[in-house]
Amino acid sequence: MALTGLEIYKQLPKKNCGECGTPTCLAFAMALASGKGALDACPYVTDEARENLDSASAPPIKSIKFGNGSVLGDETVLFRHDKTFYHPTTLLVEISDALSDDDIQAKLDEINGLEFDRVGLHYSIDGVAILETSGDPDRFAKVVAQIAAGTDRSLLLLSENVEALKAALPSVAARKPLIGSATEANYESVVNLAKEHSVPVIIKAEGIEALNTLVESAQKLGYKEFVLDPGTRNPSQTLANLTHLRRLAIKKKYRPFGYPVIAFTSKAEPLAEIAEASVYVSKYASAVVLKASAKAHVLPLMALRQNLYTDPQKPIQVEPILHSVGEVNENSPVYVTTNFSLTYYSVEGEVEASKIPSYILPIDTDGTSVLTAYAAGKYEPEKIADALEKSGVAEKVNHRNLIIPGYVAVISGKLQEVSGWKVIVGPRDSSGIITFTRAM
Amino acid sequence: MAVALIKERYQNKVGEVIIGATAAEGGTRTSVIKVGGDAALPFLHFEGKIENRTVIAMEVTDIPPAWNDIIKSQFGDVLNDPAAWAKRCVEECHADMIYLKLIGASPEGENRSPEECAKVVKDVLAAVGVPLIIVGCEDPEKDNELMAAIAEATAGENLLIGIAEQDNYKSIAAAAMVHKHNVIARSPLDINICKQLNILISEMGLPLNRIVIDPMIGGLGYGIEYAYSIMERARLGALANDKMLSMPMICTVGYEANRAKEANAAEEEFPGWGDLNDRAILWETLTATALLQVGASILLMRNPAAVRLVQQNINDLMENA
Repeated sequence: MALTGLEIYKQLPKKNCGECGTPTCLAFAMALASGKGALDACPYVTDEARENLDSASAPPIKSIKFGNGSVLGDETVLFRHDKTFYHPTTLLVEISDALSDDDIQAKLDEINGLEFDRVGLHYSIDGVAILETSGDPDRFAKVVAQIAAGTDRSLLLLSENVEALKAALPSVAARKPLIGSATEANYESVVNLAKEHSVPVIIKAEGIEALNTLVESAQKLGYKEFVLDPGTRNPSQTLANLTHLRRLAIKKKYRPFGYPVIAFTSKAEPLAEIAEASVYVSKYASAVVLKASAKAHVLPLMALRQNLYTDPQKPIQVEPILHSVGEVNENSPVYVTTNFSLTYYSVEGEVEASKIPSYILPIDTDGTSVLTAYAAGKYEPEKIADALEKSGVAEKVNHRNLIIPGYVAVISGKLQEVSGWKVIVGPRDSSGIITFTRAM
Repeated sequence: MAVALIKERYQNKVGEVIIGATAAEGGTRTSVIKVGGDAALPFLHFEGKIENRTVIAMEVTDIPPAWNDIIKSQFGDVLNDPAAWAKRCVEECHADMIYLKLIGASPEGENRSPEECAKVVKDVLAAVGVPLIIVGCEDPEKDNELMAAIAEATAGENLLIGIAEQDNYKSIAAAAMVHKHNVIARSPLDINICKQLNILISEMGLPLNRIVIDPMIGGLGYGIEYAYSIMERARLGALANDKMLSMPMICTVGYEANRAKEANAAEEEFPGWGDLNDRAILWETLTATALLQVGASILLMRNPAAVRLVQQNINDLMENA
């Protein structure tokens, strides 16, 4: 949110000395507001004024980058329909240093395996949270090193014992791990350690009030690479805190809370834990630390994350080229649909379930569904015929039967005419494909 | 210095709909269900009373359904007997309501008569004490005839019946008015059509507090974000006093979630996806938990294991109510 000239003027010395090159402070402020000139040109602006100006023009929630491409924060809205959510919740799986080396390796292998392919997309787990529960700084350091050597993902070093963090951090600092947590008891040493190694740090307190106080204290150490933890470990309270923190950052630009928030699950049973995590992914957590690491458990959560963090104005599209499902041959049916990902994969799913290998040609409709495309004139017979020809499907099949979506039955005559193919009107919804194929 | 938390003040609450009627009220239910009445965004107890928690209606069909084995195996033979099936849902799964889908009436299938269907409805009513949601077979012409007959046969029970849509709402709305039931008003992920349909139904004389909105959700991984945002906008609209959006919302979680490949494909086919059983449970569970965060008042579900997890999730989130 840009500052107005008047807001900037309020922070200036108001000497009208002209040394910045502009005759009056007001004129200088106006220039700055329109993006011309730099605050540094003024020799008399106070540190406090500088701080206020930086702060006011900064984004509502700081962007914190760490590890292997992980980005937290940098969100601007409370509801995705107001614009979009930008940075999908960073998901980290926890490993305790109290486990045996073999168990640690096994868990790490499982975490590294959390790579999924579905509907043309690829999901990967973001990182590993190494939890110090052993009480032994050397053990913690050793485990951190073992895990760092065994994965290239982002790391979170979790201990409230600064000695453990001091022991473990140096060897992995170059990987820019997130460390935590700085609490009321230890924040000076932990924040200074983070500052020394240029890594972000979790500021943890029990509740909003305590968190506010602690962040303000921590900021005074001259460091601001923070991630917030309001300390709650149950779904209801965590949801409330995530909401409070996000609202204050976005609606009031409340600076102490202008940082990303991390949530931790509390459920022990994996399915219940994933249900709990889904609340935090839906509502404002920039990072969530999980215990679950089985593929079947993590995949649904990653699908939800991807869904909610999709930009509402940018539908996901598939390539408008000929696709095939199964072991196609010259007799295989040919379906035509649109290149809206949801439409395409709904059709593909049903075609696959029909167990009849087929070709599917998605027409480029700018990622819109059948009805939307047709209404917008993007699903005309000429365009479909043209795409059909360019796809080369005529060389692949010895028939000329084309199955079109039932909703656009009205174009069948014209399409038949311009393409030379026999047009068969398919079901109106992809869910009707199986019944349709039985009747074919 | 105390932090001044932002607590929104809304002008309006979501309307409250009552489903079911006890003997004193002219029906045969042992309990009634109230949905809606929320004075704030979902589960934000610090700024408004959430009168009625979200309820789960478990799906029962009048003829055995073509569902996957993951779900069917949890029920076994009882799927052949709607009344016993409904009883199992209530007694073992603690379903708050039963959602009875009369698929047997489908002209493309058994094409059962309204009378045959009404008999099944009576059996299910006799088997359980919880309120019922009853819908037809998705054939508009058949359903008009069918639901009119069902509405008449169950007058006094204050059911929730469906489906009223923009192109076909008059028959069911009239049946609901005459025989005093509630109606599901379904719109295709379009907030304007949703409002328009509610206007049309209320202009026929059905009170607004007898309408439940079905926004036609997409399941997890297959468009859930569209419903997510439509529902959030609808809930915000309701709280800002838009009467045509102030209805509780119902979501076809069981149906949509279980259409997904991810809820059906064996691990052998997709080793990268892990164990099918847990995957299917979570696919339905997360479809539900995500929509709870945007105001779902009634969840229509199938998988008993998913129902259990969602009940736990609701309990957890209602903790500070």
